[in-house]
Amino acid sequence: MIATLPPAESWLERFPLLVRDWITGHLPESLGWLAVSLLAIVVILAAFGLLFAYLTLAERKILGRIQNRPGPNRTGWFGLLQPFADGIKAVTKEDVVPREADAVLHFLAPVLLVAMSLLGLAVIPFGRHLLAANLEAGVLYFFAAGAATELAVFMAGWASHNKYSLLAAMRALAQLISYELPLLLSVVPVVMLAGSLSTTHIVDAQGGWTFGWIPHWHVLTPWGFAGFVMFMIAALAESNRSPFDLPEAESELIAGHLTEYSGFKYALFFMAEYFGMCGLSAMAVTLFLGGWQAPCAFLEFIPSYVWFTAKLLTLLLGFIWIRATLPRLRMDQLTRLAWKFLVPLTLLNLANAAFWSLSAGWSGPMHWVRWAIALTVVVGPFLLLGRALTAGVAPRTYRYA
Amino acid sequence: MNLTFALIAFLILASAVLAATRRDLIHSALLLVGNWLGVAFFYLWAGAEFVAFAQALVYVGAISMVVLFAVLLTRRMRTELPLLVATRDRVVSAVLGGAAVFGVLAVAVLRTPLDTNPAKPAGSVSMLSLGQQLMGPQAAAVLIVGVLLTVSLLGAVVLASSDADGKEGAP
Amino acid sequence: MLGSGILQGLAVTAKNFLGSYHDPARYTTVEYPEVKQQLPEAFRNFPFLVTENATDPMGTLRCVACQICEKECPPQCIFIEKSKDKKPDANGKLQIYPVVFAIDTSVCMSCQICVEVCPFDAIKMDQVYEIATTDRFDALLLNREQLAKPNEYFHQIHPTEAAEVDARLAADRKAAEEKAKAAAAAKAALPAKPAPAPVAKPAVVPPPTAPQSPGPAA
Ligand code: SF4
Ligand code: SF4
Repeated sequence: MIATLPPAESWLERFPLLVRDWITGHLPESLGWLAVSLLAIVVILAAFGLLFAYLTLAERKILGRIQNRPGPNRTGWFGLLQPFADGIKAVTKEDVVPREADAVLHFLAPVLLVAMSLLGLAVIPFGRHLLAANLEAGVLYFFAAGAATELAVFMAGWASHNKYSLLAAMRALAQLISYELPLLLSVVPVVMLAGSLSTTHIVDAQGGWTFGWIPHWHVLTPWGFAGFVMFMIAALAESNRSPFDLPEAESELIAGHLTEYSGFKYALFFMAEYFGMCGLSAMAVTLFLGGWQAPCAFLEFIPSYVWFTAKLLTLLLGFIWIRATLPRLRMDQLTRLAWKFLVPLTLLNLANAAFWSLSAGWSGPMHWVRWAIALTVVVGPFLLLGRALTAGVAPRTYRYA
Repeated sequence: MNLTFALIAFLILASAVLAATRRDLIHSALLLVGNWLGVAFFYLWAGAEFVAFAQALVYVGAISMVVLFAVLLTRRMRTELPLLVATRDRVVSAVLGGAAVFGVLAVAVLRTPLDTNPAKPAGSVSMLSLGQQLMGPQAAAVLIVGVLLTVSLLGAVVLASSDADGKEGAP
Repeated sequence: MLGSGILQGLAVTAKNFLGSYHDPARYTTVEYPEVKQQLPEAFRNFPFLVTENATDPMGTLRCVACQICEKECPPQCIFIEKSKDKKPDANGKLQIYPVVFAIDTSVCMSCQICVEVCPFDAIKMDQVYEIATTDRFDALLLNREQLAKPNEYFHQIHPTEAAEVDARLAADRKAAEEKAKAAAAAKAALPAKPAPAPVAKPAVVPPPTAPQSPGPAA
């Protein structure tokens, strides 16, 4: 939280800082740093806890609307109390641990999962002054923290001593091995162009506007757009969301690694899934969508954290929308998509970003050449690989006996 | 500071000892993950932020998966998980292998000219200089390690594939 | 192109989502306990007894306890006890009436055979579906008070059939009146025993000659 304040900053923008100073002002000097850290933790927990609660409701409502039904609307106004009813239900439910289960791991898995999926949120700049930990290697930290989540899924599946759970654990591992690579590779171009692994620097690098209304977000460059799309695909897989929800495929594996979990532990898994989704979406906002930057210069009077929240919610909505649309992939399709499509494309994208950074000085007509080349490098391989990937499988025709 | 170091060292050593003595391979593997995490904490404590996160990402995120995957794919049942009893040969080869690795590392550490003057804090190495070091003076080492890993990977693939068309459903 | 199918799919779901706010065809869910779906006219389950007059249901049952339905019901779930006396029905004619008319709805299979065999249009199919009870014996055995429902209700649930039935009954009544008038005229001409001659009567007076049901009735 470095205080480099432009003089024209509104009090709304500085509001979080004012609150923080007001709270730490009541404490002795020596406790100040502790209070600041605790405050960050409490705020993140509260904000994302609430976001989680209402995200579950929003998801159910949106899925309902898409499926011609209203979704939960009985508890409270428009079902607004539904998350709390669910919470009470989860807490009061009996917590069953199978006799054959590996008790320690069975207990540890949900705890580890929630802890790990929360850790990543520490390095996300939610606003100009809202960052819990400004690490020099922030992006790396985020992915290091996220990598352990699949380990927890594996632990859950293994410890349950149930064949469905074990199959889910295997799937989770295979999925992670396949998608960690494109996830990281799609981030590398951003790091390369920003020249830093720090999330604040990456957001700063996307500041400014051309003509005052075209933002310099990475997503608006050819390599950035490709990177963003591939990041989101890998993020879907990483957070075990549909269409990559193979580990908990209800129709095949009951509930996969969650089969032997009930009550509050189940709720923890649920929570971790949403935290992971929020974390990855927040990272995508930070890396590609300009973080807390406003889209146009004249909209800057709206505080940065509002912009961040808006972008985050848009991406989360996208997650839900995709879940409502796509059927689940098969295991071989999943790994094929990763290895034959995403990995080559991310590698090409890396080269593309390198070209983009080298050609930064081109001006005049060469500017158009630069765009043309970069676009070709994105679109051409996409079409070719896409054709190779779908060869012989589409369109399908059905014959009825 | 020293208390932190003691805690980290205890974590590393305890998880290593436990991992080596557990009968259940999966437990061993998970304890090994704890061990790697301890090493990452140590790097963090030592001020090498980047290396610490890279360690966590690579070891906890990827290597552990491969280890677990290998365990799950090669053992058919839970009951098969306990290892073979320790014979003298196995103990001797384990000690020899461990000693060899330790020897190489120890020699490397001892022969590296490190500034051990406690008066002057080392200061954290910036990532930029780290990258320049790896791509400049140390490029040869990086390339050799890369080639080595690729060769071992190919070797593993060859071994695995020659096993597959041999007898059916072997180990 | 790879991905075009996904985009099409996303468009479909988005259309459904937005459409659910303004297009009733995309929002077909009925919120049941508050809103009830308009049942199709042809929907039917469990029979009920038609009464002419809602204010006096037991006095105006159309049923004359002829027991045809009781004999025809395949699972034998109707139980009728005839009255010893006669009471005037809705048209003021003296008729036997059922003292007990019970249907065991736990056995009834909604086959509508009782409706088809009733010569008096006295039993019709209902449209009830909120029939859950906490007692699976007595609560499911409906007696005549529970079964009796006014003709207006019949009009509500099966308008076409009810109109047709009413028209037929009215025609029958008119024919009977004319016949009675003719008989009265004849009686005036030559004094004789008055003919009890409504059309409905022939079906009642000869006791039903249905063969005894194969199994001994319980
Ligand atoms: S057939 Fe009709 S009139 Fe005869 S007993 Fe049954 S309901 Fe009554
Ligand atoms: S509907 Fe069928 S089963 Fe039910 S009472 Fe009538 S004849 Fe019997």
